[in-house]
Amino acid sequence: MNNSKKNHIALAVAAAFGLAGGLAQAQVSDNVVRIGVLTDMSGAYSDLAGGGSVLATQMAVDDFKAKNKVPFAIEVVSADHQNKGDISSNKAREWFDREKVDVVTDLVTTSTALAVMKVAKEKNKIALISGAASTRITNEDCNDVTVHWTYDTYAVANGTAKAVVKQGGKTWFFLTADYAFGQSLEKDATDVVNANGGKVLGAVRHPFPGSDFSSFLLKAQSSGAQVIGLANAGTDTTNSIKQAAEFGITPKQSLAGLLMFITDIHSLGLATTQTMYLTEAFYWDRNDETRAWSKRFFDKQRKMPTMVQAGLYSATMHYLNAVKAANSDDTQKVMVAMKKTPVNDFFAKNGVIREDGRMVHDMYLMQVKKPDESKYPWDYYNVRQTIPAAEAFQPLSASKCSLVKK
Amino acid sequence: MTRKFHLGYLLLLAALLAAPLFVYPVLVMKVMCFALYACAFNLLLGYTGLLSFGHAAFLATGAYVTGHALKEWGMPTELGLLTGTLAAATLGWLIGSLAIRRQGIYFAMVTLALAQMVYFIFVQSSFTGGEDGLQGIPRGYLLGVIDLSNDQSLYYLVLAICVSAFWLIYRAIHSPFGQILKAVRENEARVVSLGYDVAKYKLVAFVLSAALAGLAGATKVLVFKFATLTDAHWHASGEVVLMTLLGGMGTTFGPVVGATVIISLQSELADKVGSMVTVIMGGIFVICVLAFRRGIVGEATALYQRITGSKSST
Amino acid sequence: MEIFGIPLQAFMSQLMLGLVNGCFYAVLSLGLAVIFGMLNIINFAHGAMYMAGAFFAWMGLTYWGIGYWWSLLLVPLAVGLVGVIIERTMLQWLYQLDHLYGLLLTFGLALMIEGAFRYFYGASGLPYSIPEELGGAINLGFMFLPKYRAWVVAVSLVVCLATWFVIEKTRLGAYLRAATENPRLTQAFGINVPLMVMLTYGFGVALAGLAGVLAAPAYAVSPLMGSNLIIVVFAVVVIGGMGSIMGSIITGLSLGVIEGLTKVFYAEASSTVVFVIMVIVLMIRPAGLFGKEK
Repeated sequence: MNNSKKNHIALAVAAAFGLAGGLAQAQVSDNVVRIGVLTDMSGAYSDLAGGGSVLATQMAVDDFKAKNKVPFAIEVVSADHQNKGDISSNKAREWFDREKVDVVTDLVTTSTALAVMKVAKEKNKIALISGAASTRITNEDCNDVTVHWTYDTYAVANGTAKAVVKQGGKTWFFLTADYAFGQSLEKDATDVVNANGGKVLGAVRHPFPGSDFSSFLLKAQSSGAQVIGLANAGTDTTNSIKQAAEFGITPKQSLAGLLMFITDIHSLGLATTQTMYLTEAFYWDRNDETRAWSKRFFDKQRKMPTMVQAGLYSATMHYLNAVKAANSDDTQKVMVAMKKTPVNDFFAKNGVIREDGRMVHDMYLMQVKKPDESKYPWDYYNVRQTIPAAEAFQPLSASKCSLVKK
Repeated sequence: MTRKFHLGYLLLLAALLAAPLFVYPVLVMKVMCFALYACAFNLLLGYTGLLSFGHAAFLATGAYVTGHALKEWGMPTELGLLTGTLAAATLGWLIGSLAIRRQGIYFAMVTLALAQMVYFIFVQSSFTGGEDGLQGIPRGYLLGVIDLSNDQSLYYLVLAICVSAFWLIYRAIHSPFGQILKAVRENEARVVSLGYDVAKYKLVAFVLSAALAGLAGATKVLVFKFATLTDAHWHASGEVVLMTLLGGMGTTFGPVVGATVIISLQSELADKVGSMVTVIMGGIFVICVLAFRRGIVGEATALYQRITGSKSST
Repeated sequence: MEIFGIPLQAFMSQLMLGLVNGCFYAVLSLGLAVIFGMLNIINFAHGAMYMAGAFFAWMGLTYWGIGYWWSLLLVPLAVGLVGVIIERTMLQWLYQLDHLYGLLLTFGLALMIEGAFRYFYGASGLPYSIPEELGGAINLGFMFLPKYRAWVVAVSLVVCLATWFVIEKTRLGAYLRAATENPRLTQAFGINVPLMVMLTYGFGVALAGLAGVLAAPAYAVSPLMGSNLIIVVFAVVVIGGMGSIMGSIITGLSLGVIEGLTKVFYAEASSTVVFVIMVIVLMIRPAGLFGKEK
C-alpha cells in the first residue's frame, strides 16, 4: 500500500530526529504522554467514577508535575463510554490511531474493559482498569498490556461473603443481574459460601437494568434463606435494598451487597443500610494519609472519593513514575517498569502487579455504621478487618490466564 | 436520470476512493455501514410505504452470525459475510411473512414486537456473549491473500460492498419490480385490482431489505471486530428512521446523506456535549417532521427543480 | 398447598405485585388510548412525560419543599400544561398527515426530553421517599403489602374508572366521541373542536405525569424510567385495541398480572412476554382485543 510506505518513511525520519535529539532526553513519542480517561460520564455509574475519575487523574498528573521535572508534556483527555463495549472500543481505537493516546484508563463496566483491552493489545498500548469488576480481565481474557488495579468480583465477594457466613448467615439466595458481570459475581460468591460451610438455596436473574425488584425479592423471601446476596451493581442494588425494606423483607432476612460503593451508601442513607457488610479497596477515613488526599478531592468534587477514583489516582501516578523510570513511553518498557516497582501510596502499601495483570493489595471489610454512630458527613463505615493482599485476590495457582507460567 | 446525476455519482465515488488519505478510515467505514443500513430500510419505508420498527433485528443478526462464523467456525471472510446476510434474509422472511399481514401502525408494532423477541434471544444465548458482546472477531484475509487487518485494505473492501449494494438497490428501485412497490405505496387497492399479488411483492421487498440490513451489520462487524446488543436494541431501529427521514424518505440518495450527518454529528459531538447529543438528535427529528418532511435530499431536489424549472426524476 | 410447584402464598403475592405494576400500565395506556382516540397520534413522548412527572415531583420537593400530596395535584397540571404547549406549537400541524408523522415527531420529543434530564441530572437515579402517612405495610395473610403499593392500586383504579365514566357516560364525553368520529360536523354544531383536542392531549399526558408521581416513591426517579416502559405500554395499547378506553384499562391490569406470573416461572423472559402476547393477539384479532375494525 502506498500510504503505509509513506508512514514508514515518516517513521524513519522521526527516528533519525529522535536519535539526533540525543539520548539524554526522554524517548517519549511526540514528547507528550497522553492519558485517556474512558469512563461513565452520564450513566448509572457516573457517581462512582465519571467526573471524579477525571479529577483524580488530573490530580495525579498535577502532583507528578509538581514533584518531578520532566522533559515531556502530559495531557489528559476524557470521554464517555456510556457503558457500551462498542462505543468504548471505537473511542479507544480512535484515540490510539488519531490522537496518539498512550494509555486508556478507568473503564467502568466489564464489557467496556474487555473491549478496550483487545484494542490496546492490537495497537500495543496500555489499559489501566480501575472501574470494571470481572475476574475475566485477569483470567480468560488477560493480556500483557493491561493492569487491573482496584478490585474485582473475587475480591469483593470473597471479603463480604466470608464475613457474612462467619457471622452465621449460612443459607443464601442470590438476586443476580442477568449479564456477564452479575453472573461472575454470583459464581465467585457461591464458591466462597460453599467453601465456608454455607449453602446456596437458589438464585433469580433479573433483566438488566431493572426498576421493579419486588417480585424477585419475594421469591428470595419465600426461599427462606437467611441472606439475600445482591449480585448486581449501581441503581439495581440501591433499588433492591430500598424495596426489600419496603416489603418488610429486611431485617428478617439480611441483605449482602456484593458490590457496593460509598456513593451507594450515601444515596441510600444509613437508616436503610446500617450494619450491612461490604468490601472495598479504599475508605477515605481509614488513616491520616487517606484523609489528607480525600479532603483535597472533596474540596473540588464536593463528594468523597470512591475506591475507583482513588485507585485511578494511584494507577495514574504509578504509570507516570514508570514512564519516568523507563525514560520512555514505549509500552513494553513501561510495563516492565510498572511491574518491577511496588506500589506505595495512600491507596496501597506494597502493592504488586502480577504477571496476569492483577494489582494485588490489601482489601478492607467494612460494616456500615448505625445512624447514631455517624458523627460527621460521610462518616459511614467501621473498618472491621484488613484482608491481606495474599488472601484478598484469587491466587495465581487458580488463574486461567495464559501468561501465568505453571 | 440526467447526465449531471451520473457525474455526481462518479465524483462521489472518486472522493470516497481518495477519502482514507484525508479522513480517519474507520469513521468513513462506519458511515458507509450505516448508510447501507439506512438505504436498506428506505427500500421498505420510502418505496413500499412500510414502516418497520424492528430493523435492528436484521442488523444484529447479520453482525452476530458473521461474527460467530468468523470467530468460532473459522470461515473465510467472504463466506462469513454471506452467511450473516443469508441469516438476516431468513429472519426477514420469517418476520416479514407475519408482519405484512398487517398495515400501518400495526405493521410497525408487529415488527417492533418480533424484534424485541429477537433481542431477548440474543440476550439469553451464550454465543452472543450477552452484555459483553461478541469480541475479538478476526477480519481474516480477502480471497485468502489480502490481509484485512490493515484498515486501508479493509476500507476498499467495505467501499466495494457498499457501492455494489447501493447499485443493487438502485437497480431494484428502477426496475418494473420497483415501480410496483411504488404503486403499492401510493394505492395498494388499485395494485390489487390490477391483478398483482401485493403480499408477494411486499414480502420480497421485506426480505431484500432485511438481507441488506444484515449485510450492513456483517460489514460493521468486520470494521469493529465486535458485535453487541446495541445493534439489536430498539434504539437502533429508531435511529435508522431518523437517518432516512433526515436524508429524505423515498429518495435514492437521501439515506446516505442522513446516515452521514447523524454518524458524523454523533462522533464529533459525543465528547463535547455529552448527552446533549440526544437532545440535538431529537431536535433535528422534530424540525424535520415539522418543516422538512422531504428531508435534505428531497428539499434540495425540490429547490433545484424550482430554480431550473426542469423536471428530473429522483 | 401448591400451584405448579410454587407455594400458594408466593403465588398469591406475585399476583398482587403484578396487579400493582398493571396499575401503572393501565394509567399510562389509558392516556395513550385517549390521545390516540382523539388525535390519531401515537404519543411516543408518553414515557418521557411519565419520567418528567416523577422528576417534577422530585424537583418540587428538593427545590421548593412541595410535598408528595401537593405534587399529586400540581405535577399532573404542570405536565398537562407542557402537553398543551406541545400540542399548540407542534402537533396541531400534523393532523392532516399520515399517523406515522405524529409517531416520529413525538419520538423526537421523547429523545429531547430524556436527553435534557440526563444532561442535568445524570442517569443514576434520584431517591424520593414514601410519604410518612403511607409508610409501613398491611399484612394480607399471604404477604406484607406495603401501604404505598395499595395506595397506588386504589388511586389508579379510581382515576381509570372516572376517565372511562366521563368519556363514555357524560355529555362532555359525548362531544369528545363525536369530535373523534366527525370533527367537521361536530364543529358545525358549535363545539370548539381544536380546544377539545388540545385539552384531550393535555389530559392524556397529565395522566402520564400522575403515573410518574405515583411511581417516584416506589421506584427511583431516573431519566431512563420512561424509555424502558414506553414500548411495553405501546404493546398494552395495541393488544387492548388502539383507542379503546376500557380495553386499555383491562389489558393494562391483566398484562401486569401475566408479567408477574412470568416472573415466577421464567424471570428472564418477563420483559419479553408482553411482545409475544402482542404478536399472537394481532395475528388473531388485527384490531386488538377490544378494538373495532375500521
